[in-house]
Amino acid sequence: MKKLIIAGLLVLGLVGPAMADSMLINGAGATFPYPVYSKWFDEYAKIHPDIHINYQSIGSGGGIRQASEMTVDFGATDGPMNDEQIKNAKVKLLHFPTVMGAVVPTYNIPGVTTELKFTPGALAGIFLGKITKWNDPEIAKANAGVTLPDQSIAVVHRSDGSGTTFIWVDFLSKISPEWKEKVGVGTSVNWPVGLGGKGNEGVAGLVKQTPYSIGYVELIYAVQNKIDFGLVQNSAGKFIKASLESVTAAAAGAAKAMPADFRISLTNAPGEMSYPIASFTWLLIPEKIDDPKKGKAIVGFLKWMLKDGQGMAPALEYAPLPKEVVAMEEKALGQIRY
Amino acid sequence: MAKSGTNFFIKDMIGRPGVSSADRFFRATVLTGALSVLVITCVIAFELVRNSVLPIKKFGWSFLWGTTWDPIAEVFGGLPFLYGTLVSSILALLIAVPVGLGVAIFLSELAPRRASDPIAFLVELLAAVPSVIYGLVGIFVFVPWVRNFIEPALSGTLGFLPLFRGAPYGVGMLTAGLVLAMMVVPFIVSVSREILMAVPRSQREAILSLGATRWEMVRVAVLPYARSGIMGSIFLALARALGETMAVTMVIGNRPEIRLSLFEPGYTMAAVIANEFTEATGDLYLQALIEIGLVLFAVTILVNALARLMIHSVFTKVEVRE
Repeated sequence: MKKLIIAGLLVLGLVGPAMADSMLINGAGATFPYPVYSKWFDEYAKIHPDIHINYQSIGSGGGIRQASEMTVDFGATDGPMNDEQIKNAKVKLLHFPTVMGAVVPTYNIPGVTTELKFTPGALAGIFLGKITKWNDPEIAKANAGVTLPDQSIAVVHRSDGSGTTFIWVDFLSKISPEWKEKVGVGTSVNWPVGLGGKGNEGVAGLVKQTPYSIGYVELIYAVQNKIDFGLVQNSAGKFIKASLESVTAAAAGAAKAMPADFRISLTNAPGEMSYPIASFTWLLIPEKIDDPKKGKAIVGFLKWMLKDGQGMAPALEYAPLPKEVVAMEEKALGQIRY
Repeated sequence: MAKSGTNFFIKDMIGRPGVSSADRFFRATVLTGALSVLVITCVIAFELVRNSVLPIKKFGWSFLWGTTWDPIAEVFGGLPFLYGTLVSSILALLIAVPVGLGVAIFLSELAPRRASDPIAFLVELLAAVPSVIYGLVGIFVFVPWVRNFIEPALSGTLGFLPLFRGAPYGVGMLTAGLVLAMMVVPFIVSVSREILMAVPRSQREAILSLGATRWEMVRVAVLPYARSGIMGSIFLALARALGETMAVTMVIGNRPEIRLSLFEPGYTMAAVIANEFTEATGDLYLQALIEIGLVLFAVTILVNALARLMIHSVFTKVEVRE
């Protein structure tokens, strides 16, 4: 037994310096891209055994806070930092889009099996509490041929602060001035109506359990759990079903107006085929990295992520970046000094 | 009296060679343990206040009666959460106390030993089930059951009361109260049963010899004797209900509004902290959540102090009777 302990200590002693030789990069932030990020860090460690990237999915708010305080080497967020946050950060943080996600409306109407189509006005009306019945003309006009019941709509939203909520309300505030003025945009908002469910699973569970309800979940969650969802009318007037293609189309549509700092909202993006409730998710990288070795490693990873990493995204149901955006980001990598 | 006794004990120990250093070490260790409890409590209170300075300055006492919770406009009022925490916990106790006491009395006074021990063991097992499991039971069993049967039945019979009006969603204050009741019953049963079993046999035999029925025996001889302990079990249950997070947030509907009807969704202090903390980006927002934690901390301390007071007064009464 004693021998075993000594052997164990020896192994630890040997492993200790070996670990110290390799570089550890710490990151924290958004939960939504966590599956694809952990896949990337895993694959990257296989090619570069000396670099370990440790990512904690603590939420976008925590990611912004920790990156601003410089307690981690990089952050991640589902909603871009606002001007005030950028001003208050200890270091200038650059935004790098990594993949895209979408949010879809899901509903439970006993007797209705066809896919419903939602106009922006219908979604805003429902979530503002102005449209209260399923057979409201605003819903009915887009769904000719579907018999909608004369039943009250039960609205379900996220109770936890979430990037999913941010994307959803960002869309609502773009298409409804009333929403923008009364409620606004954020990861948590003061909802005019509805029940709150915790997480995608909480919202999906409540919608499934409550007849005549409507809620919103991430596209990935809906696809993986085979939850039916509705079509949404885009800025070109077309009803689009969310998919990897329609989300990438939204990004390509918005790329023409892409600002230099990549802080752009993809909701209600232009383009015939664009799905209107989509968003980038970003990595937050300090503009100046003190440790040159670390800086080199981070930029190396970003380059790999933009090339090889993108190919791994669709298998996990994430929409990859359009090539225009990849090219812009590769150029922007030059801004990082180390 | 107690102090001189301790001194005598220590002198006695120090008098013996070889024991004194060990004794001193032991004394220092337990003293550190005891003091650390005090220090931890003070540090928690201090940190909670220190980290909620912004909302305290901005809203003052109105934080306690403000009813708007708007992270975008940065207007924060905690009353809906305070209300939800208190109402759901009280509702849980209203259901759990009669049930829990009934089970405890049955197990200690009526059930044969062969049945009593296994049932008591099962009850203690229930107390150890993680709360998220209760939350899942709440979502998948209680919510449909409450929506389809309990709420229609209540609004059909007692619908004239404002407490039982509104659309039956299934999620809401009533379901939260039911799930919490299910969670705290084991605490009440397990502690109360131990207390009831500790009532001396002579108490029971004396009243039975006077010709009392079993019910009279329980009411007159057993319950008054065990009152302080039973109170303790109830307050333990209340403390658990006040702080419960996961199971409640899964069934309460998470809506920061004060509604009289128990069918309507509500929100609790623990639930809003758990829900919104990770994504709270602004400083004022984050600190408002910490202030909610401070209020919860204060409510818990108040409840415990109240419990001490009640137990103390009841306990002295019983001693006088003896």
